[in-house]
Amino acid sequence: MRRYLVRKLIIYILTFFVAATIDWILPRLVSGNPISILLSKMSLQPGTYNATYKLYMNAFGFNRPWWKQYLTFWTALFHGNLGISIYQFPKPVTSVIADYVLFTLALLIPAILLAYFAGNRVGAMAARRKLLDNSVLPVSYLLTATAYPWLALLLAFLFAAGGIGHFFPISGGFSYGLLPSWNWTFIWSLVTHWFLPFLTLFLVAFGGWAIGMRNLIIYELESDYTHYLEALGAPTRLVRRYAYRNAVLPQLTGLALSLGMVVGGAVVTEVTFAYPGLGYLVFQAVGNNDYFLLQGIFLFIIAGVLIANFVIDIVYVIVDPRTRVGISGA
Amino acid sequence: MTVLKTDEAAEKAGAPDAAVSAGSGKPRRFEFLYFALRNKKLLLGLSVVVLFVLFAVFGPLFVQHPMLNYYIPFRPPSSSFWFGTNYFGQDVFSEFVSGLRESLLVGLLGGCGATVIGMTLGFVSGYKGGLIDEALNVLCNIFLTMPVLVLLILVAGFLHHTSGLIEGILIACTTWTWSMRAIRAQTFSLVSRDFVGLARLSGEKSRQIIMREIAPNMSSYLLLVFILSFGGAILTAASLDYLGLGPTNGMSLGIMMQQASDWNSLQLHLWWWFVPPGAAITCIVGGLYLANVGLDEVFNPKLREL
Amino acid sequence: MGLTVDHLQVCYRTLRGDVKAVDDVTFSIEDREIMGLAGESGCGKSTLGNSLVRMDVRMRQLGGHVELDGKELPISDSRAMRDFRFKEISIVPQYAMSALNPTRRVGRMVAELLKARGFDYKSALPELERRVKLVGLDADILKRYPIELSGGMKQRVVMVISTLLNPSLLIADEITSALDVSTQRAVGEMLLEFRDRNFVKTTMVITHDLSILAQVADTILVMYAGKLAEKAKADVVINNPLHPYTQLLISSLPDVGIRHDEHTLVGIPGRPPPLLNPPVGCRFRDRCPFAFDRCTDEPPFVEVKPGHSVACWLHADGALPSGGV
Repeated sequence: MRRYLVRKLIIYILTFFVAATIDWILPRLVSGNPISILLSKMSLQPGTYNATYKLYMNAFGFNRPWWKQYLTFWTALFHGNLGISIYQFPKPVTSVIADYVLFTLALLIPAILLAYFAGNRVGAMAARRKLLDNSVLPVSYLLTATAYPWLALLLAFLFAAGGIGHFFPISGGFSYGLLPSWNWTFIWSLVTHWFLPFLTLFLVAFGGWAIGMRNLIIYELESDYTHYLEALGAPTRLVRRYAYRNAVLPQLTGLALSLGMVVGGAVVTEVTFAYPGLGYLVFQAVGNNDYFLLQGIFLFIIAGVLIANFVIDIVYVIVDPRTRVGISGA
Repeated sequence: MTVLKTDEAAEKAGAPDAAVSAGSGKPRRFEFLYFALRNKKLLLGLSVVVLFVLFAVFGPLFVQHPMLNYYIPFRPPSSSFWFGTNYFGQDVFSEFVSGLRESLLVGLLGGCGATVIGMTLGFVSGYKGGLIDEALNVLCNIFLTMPVLVLLILVAGFLHHTSGLIEGILIACTTWTWSMRAIRAQTFSLVSRDFVGLARLSGEKSRQIIMREIAPNMSSYLLLVFILSFGGAILTAASLDYLGLGPTNGMSLGIMMQQASDWNSLQLHLWWWFVPPGAAITCIVGGLYLANVGLDEVFNPKLREL
Repeated sequence: MGLTVDHLQVCYRTLRGDVKAVDDVTFSIEDREIMGLAGESGCGKSTLGNSLVRMDVRMRQLGGHVELDGKELPISDSRAMRDFRFKEISIVPQYAMSALNPTRRVGRMVAELLKARGFDYKSALPELERRVKLVGLDADILKRYPIELSGGMKQRVVMVISTLLNPSLLIADEITSALDVSTQRAVGEMLLEFRDRNFVKTTMVITHDLSILAQVADTILVMYAGKLAEKAKADVVINNPLHPYTQLLISSLPDVGIRHDEHTLVGIPGRPPPLLNPPVGCRFRDRCPFAFDRCTDEPPFVEVKPGHSVACWLHADGALPSGGV
């Protein structure tokens, strides 16, 4: 068990290391100097450009040898310093991220978890039940085959822009007229703005889980231990309970693997609904050539995904006895 | 028992590894064809995909209004403008045709690339085992946990000019992990078989063994992996294009949706601008997934329904 | 009373048609009898055994009926069969190594199964532990996960679980094929012990391995290509078989009682006929060294000596007037 978690942890640390290195190399590989872009935004007085340029080059350390830059990068990282945002100059990247991260979490966590549980339940119900299967399966396949942007646009058009009605607001995280405060008007505004982006993420993921669970349950129902239970006259209820319980394990691995995908979906969805989460911020950062912000968000998202992965690993160890008794037995 | 094994398939409902031993011997092939032609999922999925591919190939013949010509904007679909016109008065149908071509090409490139990279690394990893396998597996896990789209956004964000070719390559370079995982596992199970051991004993080179003994024996599996990669690449490309990080010049289904979104098609109720591209993606990818399930049933007797 | 199988026909439904894996099979097993069912793989012996417990979705009963202790077994009605399973008729499956749910402790699985069948685990526990000890295991294996048990341990645990409710009929399907010689002997001893202690009334041992049958079986039934070939007392089948197929089967053994593996039956040239479209006449005809023109007709399965039945024209003329089993 400890071996299992330590191994995972090493891979995650390596992943973060690789991601951070990519993050550091990319702007240095590509033409276009972040500093000149930064300066072009600052509308400096003529003549001061070169001086300011030098100042910033020094400040950001672009004129030092590459290995020193790389070391500085990691030192800064350990101090939680991701640089200064250009798009919201001169706010530090970390505090820009902090403004947006809650919205993303509020979107992602319920969407991921609800889709996972609902998809698993429905998929398990559909397995080996012809009627339900014939409706759930095609719908699920259509949902997983749907591109996030299209589903987002479709839902926005139908339920927000008046295709069917104006039930929900079409963009933003809350109404512009409101100031953030803990009263019901504001919370309601949050909820209505949250719903459609949530639904988009929920639906696509739901389809995937339902298909996965259905197939796994069918596989489990064909397994030897199921046949043995049936041969001993176990009622369907018990047989299905065992099958579900065992099929959840690979699904849990799938949950960890799907995180990266859902995060990608969240970017697209947040952009469509102008929902002020990290995905929307990433989009803004690209649009504004805000490289520091872009790099910062990337690292932040990676870290988040890795932490979530590790949490799932811990849950897995709790759920699957085999990882606990592991190799020591037999 | 080895000699006397005949109708065991009937008694035990098929060898579990039939998918792997595909392509060995003629009777098998004919059997696959027999089941393939009777598999509704495969036929439906495949015909949808083929329909769209034919449409992409021959579509330009039907375009009456070139993409760069401007007509009356906001026109709903009609007999002269089949998919209506957009905010600028361009013919949505002609956009759709060129967008479909681009999206299929990028998807094909990304899917092929991902399969080839995944295949190469999967073969090497599964065949060589040991330290090489360990290293490649760690590499695979690293890229597996990384959020691909965010990584692509980062890369594309630093590139100032992208083309469909670059986009396809980028997608291939970031999504090969899924195929590698699958192929590595399959290779492992094949390497322990007699015929591979025999080839090893007879002193064949690793590359020859992989090409002659292993790859042909999982050709059906490779096909399944490719189909899934193809569908995945189309979806990834659509998201990337939608964020404005796709081909700088040109049209794709994702770019259509991006423009529709940017130019208020939602508020203006120009649904004909963004519905066709997204619906086409859903149909193609859905068709691919369905064909995948069907093929799986054809290759794997255990899954065949009665 | 025992088990009576009467003109049973079971087929496998495949896309290419029905495969008659059990074709018109009639036999009976007495109380306290251990009957061996032998034949090469694909001859229908496992299908026969399984059909008595749990029909696969692909399996269909085409005809015949089965009686256990005078009661008709509704073998094609899975729901109705549920009451019989475990209590009246039980199986030690071929796949005993993987028959236990990998994510449940053995004891908990048994507890949940018993509870679902309306029994109380607590009151059954002392007996369960006694039997676990009887087969040479420690009672605390009930607190372990299957992954923690060795193959032989799992085999024995499954045997204990399957016979826990003292069923009338136990079907032991290829229970020795995955084990090494010494464990095979031990499993054989267990079968005899279970019978002697009345854990099971009648036992049907399905195997391709005649040596285990020499050890445990009272009678042996040989099947070939879905049909019965020969049935007699175990020592008669082994020492004086009448059916050419049985003779070849026995002579291909290096020595009865010595373990032999899957190459055992290589001695008989040719292959059994396909069961999808079986040829008319004797099904062993093509491989039979004694085949003659009469073999194009199907030989009846008749009693040629008291307690010895065979389906072969070479011996049909000496059939006892009563016929049957």
